Amino acid sequence: MSIIEVKNLTKYYGKSRGIVDVSFNVEQGEIFGFIGPNGAGKSTTIRLLLSLIHPTSGSASVFGKDVVTHGTEIRKDIGYLPSEVYYYEGMKVIDLLKYSASFYDCECTQRLHELSELMELELNRRISDLSYGNKKKVGIVQGLLHSPKLLFLDEPTAGLDPLMQRKFFDLIRQENGRGVTVFFSSHILGEVQRLCSRVGIIREGKIAEISDIRTLQQNNYKKVWIEATGLTASAFDLPGVTNLQTEDSSVHFFFKGDINTVLQKLSAVQVSDVSIEEPTLEEIFMHYYE
Amino acid sequence: MSATIYRHEFLARLKSVISWSIALVAIIAVFFSIYPAFADQATLLNETMTKFPPALLAAFGLTGVDLSSVLGFYSFIFLFAQICLAIQAGNYGFGLVSIEETELTADFLVSKPVSRMQIMNSKLLAAFTSLTITNLVVWLSSFAGIMLFRGGRPYDLHTLLLLLLSIVIFQLFFMSVGLVISLLVRRVRSVTSLSLGLGFGMYVLSAFSGLEGASTLELITAFKHFDPNYIIQHSAYDTPLVFLNVGITLVSLVASYWLYNRRDIPAVS
Repeated sequence: MSIIEVKNLTKYYGKSRGIVDVSFNVEQGEIFGFIGPNGAGKSTTIRLLLSLIHPTSGSASVFGKDVVTHGTEIRKDIGYLPSEVYYYEGMKVIDLLKYSASFYDCECTQRLHELSELMELELNRRISDLSYGNKKKVGIVQGLLHSPKLLFLDEPTAGLDPLMQRKFFDLIRQENGRGVTVFFSSHILGEVQRLCSRVGIIREGKIAEISDIRTLQQNNYKKVWIEATGLTASAFDLPGVTNLQTEDSSVHFFFKGDINTVLQKLSAVQVSDVSIEEPTLEEIFMHYYE
Repeated sequence: MSATIYRHEFLARLKSVISWSIALVAIIAVFFSIYPAFADQATLLNETMTKFPPALLAAFGLTGVDLSSVLGFYSFIFLFAQICLAIQAGNYGFGLVSIEETELTADFLVSKPVSRMQIMNSKLLAAFTSLTITNLVVWLSSFAGIMLFRGGRPYDLHTLLLLLLSIVIFQLFFMSVGLVISLLVRRVRSVTSLSLGLGFGMYVLSAFSGLEGASTLELITAFKHFDPNYIIQHSAYDTPLVFLNVGITLVSLVASYWLYNRRDIPAVS
């Protein structure tokens, strides 16, 4: 069953573009990565799904209910971590978390303390005294407090140190293990690669590609790196080769197509070292943005 | 209606309510304390008043007022109380949803499982409770002032009640108008300057309306709708103006709900 269904969703802010004709589905229990550079429309999509803003055209449903007409009901089972966290400055962390919990039918006190302990959050400090990273932690606890079935994470790791990031990822995996669906928006591809099973790539408000993270890596490019003496780049100027570069005695390029053609070329050369690997998502990603 | 939002909103405004209440008690007490001196010199006072330029008297709402009578003097105090109440109510109206948007906490609130309607109901009710506390403080200090300082001089209770009862409608007017303006503009930058502007602007409009002959512009100001001078001289409200006042309030409220329901919560930019 699809937890999120987005159909031809379009949002214009006056004349400026938010997103245009965006369609995708997110299935139950998956971690869906939503990647794109700043201003591509990631936050706009999330804000539409939360009914913080209203669509210009198209529709979206969450848990099978329309977000415009059934927003209140839907939001009972949603946890949201915004990209920029802002809370009532005068409040103490504990009061804010209790205020947040009071909106849900849950006995969250124990979970509140567990999560805060895990994220090393000091409950008695004032929000206004917190650093950006600490506010982010408040956001994480606040978003997970009521055991939501669907999590919206909008660039969640910004401001967290690497140790906290790892704890956070473990937490998300753990939640996902309990059946929680996760919508993970980011412009950092490494983290999407580590966490997500499927990704949607958004560019200038439009979906550029939606695919399984493996197929995205496998069906596309291989990164080839060869080191040999007396090598000329032109020897590898084959169809399917892009980004061909020579450095001293090494040649590297991206290759798409039947890898055997490269191997045949290679067999004719006395190589001192060679590597053929899957490109990182980062490198694939750059390709979508060229 | 959400009890949890109501409680949060009410507590957020508690300090402000206390400050406004103290200010109003102080204004009413200080003015009343000079009343006995005014009343004792009644003939001298009224003689002096005739020498002032009529424009000045009009500006302070003193045209045709007998400052030596209890309610005549009280109408002068009441006008100052009205200005404070207008600024306070306007302040709560302008800030009702705009403060959350400028401080960017609106995302937090609107992403909770509550409808926009529930948010608006709870916020309005919380602000109204705060205004009512200030209202009660004005009632109490007015009665206390009259009892302490009238020195046996008579006053008409019915007229006094008419004045005091007008406060609640007067407050709702400024709160609703402030709210609808805050939803019509793209972004409210300063709640304080807007509420001061609305309060004083409406006061000035009413104060100078009598000077330049009949003007239709004065019809929009609540200071005219509930002119204490008029109420005391007639022992009645100017009924058509009161209806107009309630009409403006209702239209503002309905428009506010409609606008807020359709509103796109602005994102961080």
